[in-house]
Amino acid sequence: MPTELPLTAKDFKSDQEVRWCPGCGDYAILAAVQGFMPELGLAKENIVFVSGIGCSSRFPYYMNTYGMHSIHGRAPAIATGLASSRPDLSVWVVTGDGDALSIGGNHLIHALRRNVNLKILLFNNRIYGLTKGQYSPTSEVGKITKSTPMGSVDAPFNPVSLALGAEASFVARTVDSDRKHLTDVLRQAAAHPGTALVEIYQNCNIFNDNAFEVLKDKQQAEEAVIRLEHGQPITFGAGGTSRPEGGGNHKGVVRNPQTGDLEVVPVTDDNRTQILVHDAHAASPTTAFALSRLADPDTLHHTPIGVFRATDRPVYDRLMADQLDAAIDQNGKGDLSALLTGNDTWTVKE
Amino acid sequence: MTSGGEALRTSATRTVQGKEVRRLDRVIIRFAGDSGDGMQLTGDRFTSETASFGNDLSTLPNFPAEIRAPAGTLPGVSSFQLHFADHDILTPGDAPNVLVAMNPAALKANLADVPRGAEIIVNTDEFTKRAMQKVGWDTSPLEDGSLEGFHVHPVPLTTLTVEALKEFELSRKDAGRSKNMFALGLLSWMYHRPTEGTEAFLRSKFAKKPDIAAANIAAFRAGWNFGETTEDFAVSYEVAPAASAFPTGTYRNISGNLALSYGLVAASRQADLPLYLGSYPITPASDILHELSKHKNFGVRTFQAEDEIAGIGAALGAAFGGSLAVTTTSGPGVALKSETIGLAVSLELPLLVVDIQRGGPSTGLPTKTEQADLLQAMFGRNGEAPVPVVAPKTPADCFDAALEAARIALEYRTPVFLLSDGYLANGSEPWRIPEVDELPDLRVQFAQGPNHTLEDGTEVFWPYKRDERTLARPWAVPGTPGLEHRIGGIEKQDGTGNISYDPANHEFMVRTRQAKIDGIDVPDLAVDDPSGDAQLLVIGWGSTYGPITAAVRRLRAAGRSVAQAHLRHLNPLPGNLGEELARYEHVVVPEMNLGQLSMLLRAKYLVDARSYTQVNGMPFKAEQLATALEEVLHAD
Repeated sequence: MPTELPLTAKDFKSDQEVRWCPGCGDYAILAAVQGFMPELGLAKENIVFVSGIGCSSRFPYYMNTYGMHSIHGRAPAIATGLASSRPDLSVWVVTGDGDALSIGGNHLIHALRRNVNLKILLFNNRIYGLTKGQYSPTSEVGKITKSTPMGSVDAPFNPVSLALGAEASFVARTVDSDRKHLTDVLRQAAAHPGTALVEIYQNCNIFNDNAFEVLKDKQQAEEAVIRLEHGQPITFGAGGTSRPEGGGNHKGVVRNPQTGDLEVVPVTDDNRTQILVHDAHAASPTTAFALSRLADPDTLHHTPIGVFRATDRPVYDRLMADQLDAAIDQNGKGDLSALLTGNDTWTVKE
Repeated sequence: MTSGGEALRTSATRTVQGKEVRRLDRVIIRFAGDSGDGMQLTGDRFTSETASFGNDLSTLPNFPAEIRAPAGTLPGVSSFQLHFADHDILTPGDAPNVLVAMNPAALKANLADVPRGAEIIVNTDEFTKRAMQKVGWDTSPLEDGSLEGFHVHPVPLTTLTVEALKEFELSRKDAGRSKNMFALGLLSWMYHRPTEGTEAFLRSKFAKKPDIAAANIAAFRAGWNFGETTEDFAVSYEVAPAASAFPTGTYRNISGNLALSYGLVAASRQADLPLYLGSYPITPASDILHELSKHKNFGVRTFQAEDEIAGIGAALGAAFGGSLAVTTTSGPGVALKSETIGLAVSLELPLLVVDIQRGGPSTGLPTKTEQADLLQAMFGRNGEAPVPVVAPKTPADCFDAALEAARIALEYRTPVFLLSDGYLANGSEPWRIPEVDELPDLRVQFAQGPNHTLEDGTEVFWPYKRDERTLARPWAVPGTPGLEHRIGGIEKQDGTGNISYDPANHEFMVRTRQAKIDGIDVPDLAVDDPSGDAQLLVIGWGSTYGPITAAVRRLRAAGRSVAQAHLRHLNPLPGNLGEELARYEHVVVPEMNLGQLSMLLRAKYLVDARSYTQVNGMPFKAEQLATALEEVLHAD
C-alpha cells in the first residue's frame, strides 16, 4: 500500500538524532526542507536524498525518505544513475561547497549540462567544517584558516556563475535563515523539470561564523541583497520598491550601453525606465551570468538571491527512456535467442 | 609448407585443375601490415569464412594503441593471427605457417616469429628503397638472401589490385586501398574458404557506397583468381571441418567482449532486472559499451559518464534503484573506481565491475594483454573490503562467466569483479549457442515489507538484517512503501543500519562482511589427472587456459603424467583447493604477471607453488610452456 497523502513535516523526520553543532545553519535548512516536502504531494517512498561527504551530507540520515550518504564529491554521479534508471523517483542531492565544487566539481558540471532530473542543494558556508576549518573553493582570497595561516591565495568559485557556465537550466541562490525565501526557491526548484541547482548560503558558527551576516542583518541587507523576482524590475536599497519615487537610497540594476555589462545605479526619474526587468526564463544565460557577477566576493555587497535562471530544456532521464521506447518501436522487444544466434552460424550434427 | 611453423600433418593429396591440393590438420596464418592497411578487417573476414566452414579456430589480433602510427614504421604494424584446424584447438598458435606482409615494416616486425620453411607472401610494391630504409634495411631482403629458407611468394599486390579495378574510375591511391581484399581473396583460394560470407559482408558494409562495395568484391575475386591461375601458387590446402571435435549444436564465432556483452544482456533477462551500464571509454573495454548501447530494445541503459568514477557511481545509483548494474573498464579505471567499490562493499548492493586487463602499470600497454590486476581486484581498497572475483578462461566463456558474476552479485548483494583481459576480449573462437531455457535462473526477491519485530511488538524494516544462509541483506528499492531507509559508507549498526561507531559492532560488521564473501557457494575445483599418478599439477586462471591446456596436451602426448586445473573463482577460492594442491609433489602456476595467484596460493595454503610468468603483452606460447613444465618434471 502506498503511503497515504497528505503528509506533514513530521512524516519526513527520521528517528535519528541530529548531530550538527548547536547553532549550525543546517538545522534551519533541514526544517525548511522537511516543512516543504509535503507540498511535493509525493509519497515519501518515492523521494530519495543522496549526499556526498561533509557536514551537510549527513542530511539524508535525518529525512524519513530513501537515502544514501555516499562518498566525497560523487553524489551527483550516483544520483544520475538512480534518476536515469528510475524516472519515477524525486531525487535530491545535498552537497556542500567542498563536496560539490572541489572534489566533486566534475560531476556537478556534467550533471548540470546533461539536465538530469535532480534537485541539487548546495550548502555553501565558504569553509571546510567536518575536517575542522580549512579554506574551501568558495573562501575569499586572503582568508586565514588552519591550512592558510598567511591567507588563502586561491581565487574562489562563484557557484551560480559556474552553474550557468555549465549549461544549467535552473540556478537559484537563497539563505539558510530566510525560511520563506528558502521555501519559495525550493518550490520553484522542485517544479523545474531537469537539474536544479540551489546555492544556499549557510552559516558555520564554529569555523566561519557570520560569513553572511551582511546579508542577514536587516539594516546591512538593505544595501547588500538584491532580491530577484521574475518579471519585476531589479531594484533594492533602503528606499525599497514601495517607496515614493526618488526617495531614500533606492538602487537599481541597469545595463551599461557601452560595455553591455550590468551595474548598480541610484534610481532616478530619468533612468527608471532603464531598470532591468528580471527574466528568469530568458533563452540566453548572458544576463543571468551578469547578475551573478554583481556581488563583491569579499564584501558580498550587491548579492542577488532568488531564481537566476529557469528555462525548459530536454531532460536527460526522459531522453534516455525515449530512446529505449524508440528502439523497441524500431526493432521490436529484444529477443535474446535471436541476439545470441546472430547472422552467421553453422550446425554440428551427430 | 610441410616443415614450416609447428609441425603440420599432410594427410592426403589430390589434384584440382592441374594444381595440387594438400589436406592439412591445421594452419596458422598471420596477416600483417600498416595500421591503415585493414589487417584487422582482413583477419576478421578470414576468421568468419573459417568459422562458417566449420573449423575450430582461435585468433590473436595485435595492434598498436595509436590509431594511425606513422605509415610504414615498425610501431605502426598491425597484425592478426588465426589458427584453424580440423580438430579441437586451444590457442591462436605459437608460430605462423604463413605470413602475409603488406610492407617492409610488417615483414621486419614479424619475421622473428616465423620459422624457416614457412610461407611468406609479400607485397613487393611496397618494397621501395625509401620504405626499406624506414625500417633500417639498406638492401632488399627479397633479394639479399636473408629470406633463404623461407618459401617466399613475391606478389605485387597493389599493382594487381589497381589493375583489377581499372574499370572503376578510382584513383590509383583509392584502388590500392582494396589490396587487403585482394590478399584475402588469394588466401581464401589457398585454403579453400567459402567466399559468399565476405561478399555479402562487403555489400552490407558499403551499402551506401555501392561502387566501393563492387570494387572491394572485384579485388577479392581477383585475388582468388590470381591464386588459381598463377604458377607461383602451385599448391593449395584443405583443412577439413572439425565436426568431430564439437558437440552437436548450432555454432557461431564470437569474441570475448561480444560474449561478455551478451552474457550481461542474458543475465539481465534471467534476473528479470533492467541492465544499467555506467562506463567511461577505455581500451580494451570500450567494445562492451558500444555493444550494449545497441541493445536498448532489451531495456538496456548505457550511460557514458564524465569519468571512471562517475561510471561506477551511476551504476551504483542504479543498483540502489533496482537495476542489474555494471561498470566496465580496464586496470587504470579500476584504480579510479576503488573508492566506489569500497562503498558498494559497505552498502552491500549488487554491482558488476568488469576489468578487461591490459599491460600496466599506469597507462602501460593499452592494446596488449596481461593478468596483473588480480591483486588489485582482491585487495585494492582501503579497509577490509572483500570482493568476489570471477575470471573467464576463453573468449566464449566470457558469456558464462558474466552470468556467474551476476549470480553472485545478485544473490549475495555484493560488488563482483569479472576479470577478463585483452587477449580474451579481442580473440575469438567458435561458440555453441546456448538455448535460452538452459540459462540459469537469476531472479531475486526485493524486500516487500517489515522483516523485524521490536520488543514492543512493532514491525519494522531493518536494512541490515541478514539472510541466515547467504548473510545477504535485503534489497529494498526506493518506491517500496514503508521501507524507507538510509544507507551510507559510515559503519552501520548490525541490523538497523544506523550509523554506529561502537567498537564491538565494527569488529562484528568487518568479520560478517568477510564471512559473507568467504561463504559464497562456488563449485569445487575439478582437477584433470587422467593417469591418476601425476606428480605435477599445473594450475592457472583466466586466459592462460588455452596455452596451459595445449602445453599439457603436448606433455601427455609425449608420455608424461601431468595434472591440470583452472580456477574460475579467485575469491572465494573453491573449498577443495587446499586439499587438491596438497596431493601433488609439484605445483606450477603459469601467469601473465609476476606471480600474483601463486602468492595467494602460497599464503593461503602453505604450498610450495612455483611461479612461471611472462609479461610481454602477449599470451603464452604452448611450446614454451611445455618446455618449462618439462624442466620441472626433469628436475626430479
